[in-house]
Amino acid sequence: MNKTFLIFRHEFLHAIKRKGFIIITLIVPVVALIAIGVFHLVSTTYEPSVVETTYVGYVDESGGFDQYTTQGTIEMVLFNTPDDATAALINGEVSEYFVITADYISTGVINRYTMEKQLETPPAIATVIKNFLTSNMLAGKVPPETVYRIEAPLNFIVTRLTETGAVATEQGGYGNIIIPGIFSLLLALSLMLSSTFLVQGLGDEKESRLIEVLLSSVSTRQLLIGKVLGLGAAGLVQVVVWLASAPLLLKLASSTFGGFISTIQLPTNFLILGIVYFILGYSLFAALAAGIGAISPNAREGQQLSMIYTLFAFVPLWFSSLMFIFPNNPIWLVMTIFPVTAPVTAMLRLGVSDIAAWELAVSIAVLVLSIIGILFLATRAFRVYLLMYGKRPNWREIFQNLRSG
Amino acid sequence: MPTELMINNAIIFNQVAICYLVTNTINYVLQCGIVKGSLVMLAVEVNHIVKSFADKVAVDDLSFSVAQGEMFGLIGPNGAGKTTTIRMMMDIIKPDSGEVIILGEKLSEATKNKLGYLPEERGLYKKLSVLESIVYLTSLKGVDRKSATEKANALLTQTGMLASKRKKIEELSRGMGQIIQFIVTIIHDPQLVIMDEPFAGLDPVNTELLKKMFDDLRNQGKAVILSTHQMNQVEELCDRILMINDGQAVLYGDLSEIKARYRSSSVLLDCGGEVGEIPGVGSMRTHRGYIELLLDGKTTPQQVLTHLVSRGITINRFEVATPSLNEIFLKEVGKNHE
Repeated sequence: MNKTFLIFRHEFLHAIKRKGFIIITLIVPVVALIAIGVFHLVSTTYEPSVVETTYVGYVDESGGFDQYTTQGTIEMVLFNTPDDATAALINGEVSEYFVITADYISTGVINRYTMEKQLETPPAIATVIKNFLTSNMLAGKVPPETVYRIEAPLNFIVTRLTETGAVATEQGGYGNIIIPGIFSLLLALSLMLSSTFLVQGLGDEKESRLIEVLLSSVSTRQLLIGKVLGLGAAGLVQVVVWLASAPLLLKLASSTFGGFISTIQLPTNFLILGIVYFILGYSLFAALAAGIGAISPNAREGQQLSMIYTLFAFVPLWFSSLMFIFPNNPIWLVMTIFPVTAPVTAMLRLGVSDIAAWELAVSIAVLVLSIIGILFLATRAFRVYLLMYGKRPNWREIFQNLRSG
Repeated sequence: MPTELMINNAIIFNQVAICYLVTNTINYVLQCGIVKGSLVMLAVEVNHIVKSFADKVAVDDLSFSVAQGEMFGLIGPNGAGKTTTIRMMMDIIKPDSGEVIILGEKLSEATKNKLGYLPEERGLYKKLSVLESIVYLTSLKGVDRKSATEKANALLTQTGMLASKRKKIEELSRGMGQIIQFIVTIIHDPQLVIMDEPFAGLDPVNTELLKKMFDDLRNQGKAVILSTHQMNQVEELCDRILMINDGQAVLYGDLSEIKARYRSSSVLLDCGGEVGEIPGVGSMRTHRGYIELLLDGKTTPQQVLTHLVSRGITINRFEVATPSLNEIFLKEVGKNHE
């Protein structure tokens, strides 16, 4: 049997039997299932309690604001003077009060008094007061329906069309980013864990000198390729479990939660591209890990060095909110092509906006070339530094040795 | 008849000459391995290998050969270049110059399957079970899993470790771990076995067990290279040796010949009663339990023995003094450090 395959199989089985791997793989669908179950349980046993009415006082110095005093669960209580309102606030009869100044129509000034420390007026209170004022000012002048419409003039229903004018199968919205967002976070986490595992494994084999026994049977290339592919396959199992559980969980979630959750959808090609980027990401980080494992004298130092490039997996996530606001900024294109940020950036962008086919092609091509190049250098470094125990070479030595080979 | 005598002498001379020629030719073939495959197959041919690390020459123009069925000792002080030489033989590192021929060819994947290597510092997968470790490492030698499992069970039985086959490596004692590593080294029936300090850390029972397995390997016609500091083990087990120091060969050849070369002209004697004066003995040194007779260089030990017997002295021990390998080692290494 091919020795690369034997190493691949050993590494794959070793990886998927790890407790950490099993926990990370199963925790995602299990936690989602538990969340759905708990929500279902709570919602079926939940009995809405009597909603308490909040009393908000007001003093009308302008005049004419005496209608629409009930706004949802908030009851407006009229006071004649600010002193009366202050006394009521201190006694706890009202939670706060506001004064409609005499020149309100010309200035719009409303003086609000509260005993709570706040950064700004809570949006709910602001909306209630705004609606109260608007309703009173328009009362009798326009039909009640118009009053309501003025209070809530916008109710967007956005439809995305294709170039042919047909309704696009994939509509935008935040529902679209949920799966790619969660997936890219897990991808970054998984890349970091697998890379750490490979560095740890190589470091252990170097420290225990088992590497010499292995290399008396196989070549450096066979050993590294077998290891990288083995971990890649383990990663693929992980992503397949997550992706396979996603449609089922979404179905369960939309029937349980309804509303926003029912708008969650998987972007087109996400399954295929998810798997492609997962495999390439795994291979790239594994090749980098092999290189780091080669030049590190032990597992601990290897892990410290591997932090440098594993951080890049998380960089796109740090800037994800900027990506939502400015989805077409060229920086995202750079991050889609730069190999260490490419897998996670591409996953995020699939949820936020479209990625042009050429961008995907360039990104994948650069990733593949990087994997081959890094694996080549890692194999060289491995041979040069294999027997260097206890001391890590400095960077200058490493570059010199890689060149001279 | 003078003519007949001359003819007889000529015949005897011819027979002796032929015998001499044949013996020398066989010895030459055995040493050089010229007739590969027919008479003898060289397991290892190392020709003028050189290896430097940074500014230090670890191995300097080293050449030697090891024949099949031979137990070969590679000895030398710490940092002499033994492990570097072994790593070059195993193709773990490449020599700067020179060549290594293993089993008649340059090391390839197929050749690696015929090698067994026990490195100086042992290591196995700590989290794997004994059986899993053996089967995996054996499968990398081209043995299928079924055969590997069967052989592993047989060797574990032979070493009395079958009960531990499901245990994780980390649960084993150091000595047990070494036995497992030794099993991994020989399980695939290698033609050449290279062992770096195989007895380090082993208790006497396991040392004897290992020695018995070495004998088995030799009887099966395998070539065994033993790299060790333990000179008594080399003396006991090896046919030929290579002593290296500072990366260079110091001594190389048949162990008994080397020892004979270093034999001093003295005799160790333990006898009842006074020895008195013995012709041909220059001086005597008294040691605990015996005396050392230093011969004058013209007298042979046999003449001394004949003299002692003729005087009716009871002899408990009469031994031609031969230095131990350890003494030779110290002498040679010391010479290079002077």
